[in-house]
Amino acid sequence: MIMAATSQVFRVIHGRRFGRILVPAMTFQNCSQSPHPCINATQPHSFEQRRQHQVRGYRTSPAWHTYYLTPPQVNSILKANEYSFKVPEFDGKHLSSVMGFDSNQLPANVPIEDRRSAATCLQTHGMLYGVFDGHAGCACAQAVSERLFYYIAVTLLPHEKLVELENAVESGRPIHPILQWHKHPNDYFSKEASRLYFSSLRTYWQELLDLSVPGEQLSVAEALVSAFKRLDNDISLEAQVGDPNAFLHYWVLRVAFSGATACVAHIDGNELHVANTGDSRAVLGVQEPDGSFSALTLSNDHNAQNESEVKRLQSEHPLSESKTVVKQDRLLGLLMPFRAFGDVKFKWSIELQRCVLESGPDQLHENEHAKFIPPNYHTPPYLTAEPEVTRHRLRPQDRFLVLGSDGLWETLHRQEVVRIVGEHLTGVHQQQPVSVGGYKVTLGQMQGLLKERKARISSTEDQNAATHLIRHAVGNNEFGMVDHERLSKTLSLPEELARMYRDDITIIIVQFNPHVIGGQ
Amino acid sequence: MHSGGCSVRALAPVLLPRWLCVPGARPARLRGSMRFLSTDSASVALPARARVVICGGGIVGTSVAYHLVKLGWTEVVLLEQGRLGAGTTRFCAGIVSVAKPLSVESKMADYSNALYERLEEETGVKTGFVRTGSLCLAQNQDRFLSLKRLASRLKVLGVSCNIIKPKDVARLHPLVNIHDLVGALHLPGDSVVSAPDVNHALAVASAAHGVQIYEHTSVNHVVVKKGHVKAVETDRGSIECEYFVNCAGQWAYELGQSSEVKVSVPLHGCEHFYLLTKPLSEPLQNDSPVLIDMDGRIYARAWHGGILSGGFEKNPKPIFTEGRNQLEIQNMQEDWDHFEPMLSALLRRMPGLESCEIQQLVNCPESFTPDMRCLMGETPGIYGYFVLAGMNSSGLSFAGGAGKYLAEWITYGYPSTSVWHLDIKRFGNLQSSRTFLRHRVMEVMPLLYELKVPRWDFQTGRQLRTSPLYDRLDTQGARWMEKHGFERAKYFVPAGKDLLALDQSKTFYKPDWFDIVGAEVKCCKEAVCVIDMSSFTKFELTSAGDQALDLLQRLCANDLDVPVGHIVHTGMLNQRGGYENDCSVVRISKNSFFIISPTDQQVHCWSWIKKHMPSDPQLHLEDVSWKYTALNLIGPRAMDVLSELSYVSMTPEHFPSLFCKEMSVGYANGIRVMSMTHTGEPGFMLYIPIEYALHVYNEVMSVGQKYGIRNAGYYALRSLRIEKFFAFWGQDLDSFTTPLECGREFRVKFDKDTDFLGRDALLRQRVEGVTRRFVMLILEDHDTELDVWPWWGEPIYRNGELVGVTTSSAYSYTLQRHVCLGFLSSTNTDGSPAAVTADFINRGDYEVDIAGQKFPAKAKLYPFSSLFTQQKRRKDDMELSNFQSK
Repeated sequence: MIMAATSQVFRVIHGRRFGRILVPAMTFQNCSQSPHPCINATQPHSFEQRRQHQVRGYRTSPAWHTYYLTPPQVNSILKANEYSFKVPEFDGKHLSSVMGFDSNQLPANVPIEDRRSAATCLQTHGMLYGVFDGHAGCACAQAVSERLFYYIAVTLLPHEKLVELENAVESGRPIHPILQWHKHPNDYFSKEASRLYFSSLRTYWQELLDLSVPGEQLSVAEALVSAFKRLDNDISLEAQVGDPNAFLHYWVLRVAFSGATACVAHIDGNELHVANTGDSRAVLGVQEPDGSFSALTLSNDHNAQNESEVKRLQSEHPLSESKTVVKQDRLLGLLMPFRAFGDVKFKWSIELQRCVLESGPDQLHENEHAKFIPPNYHTPPYLTAEPEVTRHRLRPQDRFLVLGSDGLWETLHRQEVVRIVGEHLTGVHQQQPVSVGGYKVTLGQMQGLLKERKARISSTEDQNAATHLIRHAVGNNEFGMVDHERLSKTLSLPEELARMYRDDITIIIVQFNPHVIGGQ
Repeated sequence: MHSGGCSVRALAPVLLPRWLCVPGARPARLRGSMRFLSTDSASVALPARARVVICGGGIVGTSVAYHLVKLGWTEVVLLEQGRLGAGTTRFCAGIVSVAKPLSVESKMADYSNALYERLEEETGVKTGFVRTGSLCLAQNQDRFLSLKRLASRLKVLGVSCNIIKPKDVARLHPLVNIHDLVGALHLPGDSVVSAPDVNHALAVASAAHGVQIYEHTSVNHVVVKKGHVKAVETDRGSIECEYFVNCAGQWAYELGQSSEVKVSVPLHGCEHFYLLTKPLSEPLQNDSPVLIDMDGRIYARAWHGGILSGGFEKNPKPIFTEGRNQLEIQNMQEDWDHFEPMLSALLRRMPGLESCEIQQLVNCPESFTPDMRCLMGETPGIYGYFVLAGMNSSGLSFAGGAGKYLAEWITYGYPSTSVWHLDIKRFGNLQSSRTFLRHRVMEVMPLLYELKVPRWDFQTGRQLRTSPLYDRLDTQGARWMEKHGFERAKYFVPAGKDLLALDQSKTFYKPDWFDIVGAEVKCCKEAVCVIDMSSFTKFELTSAGDQALDLLQRLCANDLDVPVGHIVHTGMLNQRGGYENDCSVVRISKNSFFIISPTDQQVHCWSWIKKHMPSDPQLHLEDVSWKYTALNLIGPRAMDVLSELSYVSMTPEHFPSLFCKEMSVGYANGIRVMSMTHTGEPGFMLYIPIEYALHVYNEVMSVGQKYGIRNAGYYALRSLRIEKFFAFWGQDLDSFTTPLECGREFRVKFDKDTDFLGRDALLRQRVEGVTRRFVMLILEDHDTELDVWPWWGEPIYRNGELVGVTTSSAYSYTLQRHVCLGFLSSTNTDGSPAAVTADFINRGDYEVDIAGQKFPAKAKLYPFSSLFTQQKRRKDDMELSNFQSK
């Protein structure tokens, strides 16, 4: 029975990528059939296609019904990872331009390869948010999610604070915490590596101490770039140096050989900085005078759809490689994001890779992926973790910021994302009447739409905007309304099939306080 | 809001043009043909005078005009504020169905159906008439029972109908999902029409017979002089007239209020939605039967190859509460979210429609009345001011028949059949509150499709009029029903009973209160009960001289020239000899009379007396209903309680039956004590000035304790009066029933020379013999526990032939049988009515048809006196009072 259903599903998913790094032959086949869909232009089409396939598939396969989930079951899946934090508007010192944030993630991979982080900088002003989309495992994303904010926070510390920090550590005094984390219980930190991480961080701030001059301060943009690059460098070095502890040694290698993109926002008063590496995205929700919402994208995707990225890559390598650096919309025909943490396979020389792997623990030898050297690998490094930083001065009409991994953006258009979140936060969807307009709508479609609207008004309404957005991303029908049946079908897919329908989705939605922003 | 490719997926919040061009381009045609009917420019002046002015050019107004000219009227003017048929008529779903709750309504619909069918031939205007038949579906046994009851009732009217199985439904309408059906009622005669075209045809026919139609003419107000309609003021001048007919539909309430003397037209609008689809892939035949799925709250008919489907939702949206200027009727908004339950019900009923495309959701406001029945007839305050409105969304079905009845009413003073249940005089000013109407119609609209079991009550607009004892009774477990805004106790739930279950019990079978009422009846028979009957209508007629007596002698069939202190049961008859009212009149003093009438006679009786009252300043009629609390002490120990409270002997020797004395009860003086109980049981009615009510009640209850006194409600009263064969007005008696037909000849003063209204008709009938006779039927072989209970409206068969219909029924705890009251009639072989003799009644085998099942019954012309335990007293002692209740 399951096989019958599976075959239906396979018909459906052609055109969707299986993963970031694929065995070349397979990649070739899939990609030639259908390139990575450009979200804007082709999504409605592919969406419609997928829907029709699904409908047909489900109708002919009664076994499928056994996977259906009830609304409470669906809710428990969707809400398992949701997290909300409300910032006190006035904490006794200063007004916060951030009212709070909602975050959530929905796994497609097991375990999920996406990570998220949120923290308040305690020794400087500002809050940090980040989504990290891992590939070839979750190790790198996990490490980055734990470490990057410390690197950023430390870089932002003024000289005096750095001195104070170093003195405290040196003399064994307790140190003032640098970050206040806002973590979901599922967001874990690895205990084993913490000492290693700490010593790398300490080395970094010691260098910062040496380099910095009292009274001088790096700009936030510079700090972000510096932190990103330094962390990636440390990941690389740690893998090269290894560790006497075999587990740790294996761990640092896993971190280095896997990869992660990062999209980080730093908000301090009216100043919003987005540092992006890879293809996650930050989009600002702007409320227009008429009450509607429009999207302002604050990051550039670092992938083949970004022409300047392609040009950058080609300019960094000899002309002879211009055809092979980006192939089939992938870096060296393999990697979809053009910037990433880790992924030393695209950074180290072949010799270094061989050397590190041979000296490494035995487990690594079984890892085919690690041993594999990309084709046309002539002039490393091909990959960088250097972020592109966007600075934006918040305006009263800027209502919220959506940070999302590409799993979100490939299912929903950014405009749609902003509309859904905007309507959720303001509650306007309840007043907006449905009208058929000039469209062809069948009674069945209308019924589905109305039922969804009804369900939304009822008590099952998502409190968490990120959950709400995921519900739409997974369950949207052709009217931009959540279709419970579809939602339930998608969520009840067996683990091995889920990844074929969708990617991990991680979302952080930061809501601004327009009154505070307007007042500053 | 979407990038190009996405737009297909989104429903843009763009509104559809209100009325898409329906194939046939009706609006254009209508305008074209109207030109010869009416001049819609202001250039043509209105006539200075007319006999009848009708306000409202919808289907109702044009039907009235049509029937007036058919009856020979000339100088009829019809005014329409916009265009003909531009209001509710224009958006009407076009279904003509005889499946209506009341027989008179079914009759009207049946007539409308026949009228619309021949209209095309008569006028040459296409009306879109298609005899599609209709299917009323039942999803459960209770609904099926109610359909079976409807079917037996329709058979009496001669309407063809069949109870069918679900698989027959599938055969008649292949799109219907029959899996959840238990059966259906098929009405092959029902039809669909295009309402605007029928409207047009009626207008054309009326115009051809001389009705002057003026569009774009608004009525500002109606000029009244000395209680008569004198003229109509419009925005284009005034028209003198004798009669004015308010057929303003949604706006009838406001039009009534704008009159110089305010006219109460209690109706309120609600939004009503129906869906139009594009043609199905395999277009639906236009003669596919109309579906009425009341359990799903929807109806559906074929419409240009697609479906037209609407419904009566649980949560209606009242509209126009504050008047017409809020929203134009043409500008109503669609509300899909609101329509969702009905759409789901439709797709459940016809799953094949899922892929059918939407054409439009139409919002067509309808007007509803406080009791789900239309408003018809002459208004109580103003002679010549008629109303026909408040169609409760059956305007098209009713318009033909109702127009005919109203035209007859204007012509002959009354329609050709009893329309009391539709008479606007059943309401008064007390139902005119906008808040009351708004709340009540929110209940009425869903109720149209709700399952109605015997003795259901309205839940909204309650506790408007209450007795001063209301709280006292309520804390003692009273369960209430409402009559004419007045709360009356049905029965009293003993402490410890499950109250919730009792309130929710809804059944066609034995009700939960059976034992409770049984105990109350037993107490009435053996001890004493007190029933608060304050809702009665109470008038006082006084004069300086003999004027009061003269008036009553003319109005009443019975002799009122009785000694002071006597009570007379009498009918007030019309010229035909029919009961306009059935009341008890007490001669308080030589020239002062106390008239006690049924509760819902408050407006009608007042208007009837006023109509015949000479304008004499020395003759005075006063409504004193609110001044008195009425307590009915029923039972053999009533006299003991009262004599203990008054130190006066109350035995029949000292206080004979049908006698009234003013006396003291407890500390309170001036209590009118009357030896009658409206049930045939011994006891007394106490008419207590309201400030004494609580005192007297408390005294009665405390003294009565040792006699086993308890509270009782109207259900007990009802059981008692029906087993004693007491008819009551409004239920058993109507304006077409004469005293001779219900065995009350002894209450007619034939022996006196005094002339009274209806005397000639009665004398004639006495010679010719009655063609119908009120009888009492005792059901045999009816299992009270297991069989469906009778209610009213059940057909009566004699030797297998239909001879009549029941009018009320109750379980007699004494006989331990069901007793039905009803009328029998007989026909000669040529079909003409034959005289009904005692012999005819006694020699026949009777059956009563309850929901299709026939139960044998014994017909009686007199109550079973011998069976009653209390019947030791002399027969003339037994008070043959009646009426009350309902």
